Amino acid sequence: MAESPNLPHVDMLRSPLGRARGLGSARSGSKHWWAQRLTSMALVPLTLWFIWSIIHLTGASQADVADWLSSPVRLALMLALIAATFHHLQLGLQVVIEDYVPQEGVKLAAVLAVKAVCILLGLICAISALALGLNS
Amino acid sequence: MRDVRDALMVARDSDGKLVRRPLSPHVQVYRWPLSMALSITHRITGVGLGIGTLLMTGWLLAAATSEGGFERFQNFLGSAVGIFLLFCWSLALVFHLMTGLRHLWMDTGRGFEENEYRNSGIAVLAGTVGLTVLIWVVGLINW
Repeated sequence: MAESPNLPHVDMLRSPLGRARGLGSARSGSKHWWAQRLTSMALVPLTLWFIWSIIHLTGASQADVADWLSSPVRLALMLALIAATFHHLQLGLQVVIEDYVPQEGVKLAAVLAVKAVCILLGLICAISALALGLNS
Repeated sequence: MRDVRDALMVARDSDGKLVRRPLSPHVQVYRWPLSMALSITHRITGVGLGIGTLLMTGWLLAAATSEGGFERFQNFLGSAVGIFLLFCWSLALVFHLMTGLRHLWMDTGRGFEENEYRNSGIAVLAGTVGLTVLIWVVGLINW
């Protein structure tokens, strides 16, 4: 970090292994940031596909939706969309809560509640999609 | 000294003379550049889209539960309130997608020159309007 090796300087207080793993004092480091970017990259094509699909399902009946999801590729894309969406959502909401809620207890409770709701909504979506696609 | 908070702003300069320290401008004082507005709107639309997932969950759940229930849900989406919600949802989704792509681009360390981030901001707005209009034109033709 120092401009010249002759100047007094403080060396990195982290081990090379710690740096390589991206771990800081919070012991999680870049994992959260990286997961948010990965899910956002996955969501770019998945979201465009989903918008395209639901445009063609305007006014569809239940049988139409079941028929649409009976294709294994569409069902797989739908499950991928659901997983990426709710994972990305809980990561994003966690950051928003951590930024704006100063009280430690309230913050922790809100983050945990958001994660629980996201997992439940994701499960409801995934099971509904599976039930529709596999029963038809 | 009119305000007790002024005491926090008293300091000495390098000559030892008492001076009033300058304040850095806070968010209310700034003339908002486009990037600042896009950044906070990205967050707001993100939270809004979180609420919007209830729409997708309701749609899938209704389809998986009962035929009549799904028909009622589809009718609700076709009503004025439903179309308004869908419009807000699509606008927020496209905006969040566009600003998200800009964020990913800037995560690579590029686009931080003044003209670059202003132009990419304008491109985000143009892309949002364009894609949202396209979605609704195609959607309404298909309806």
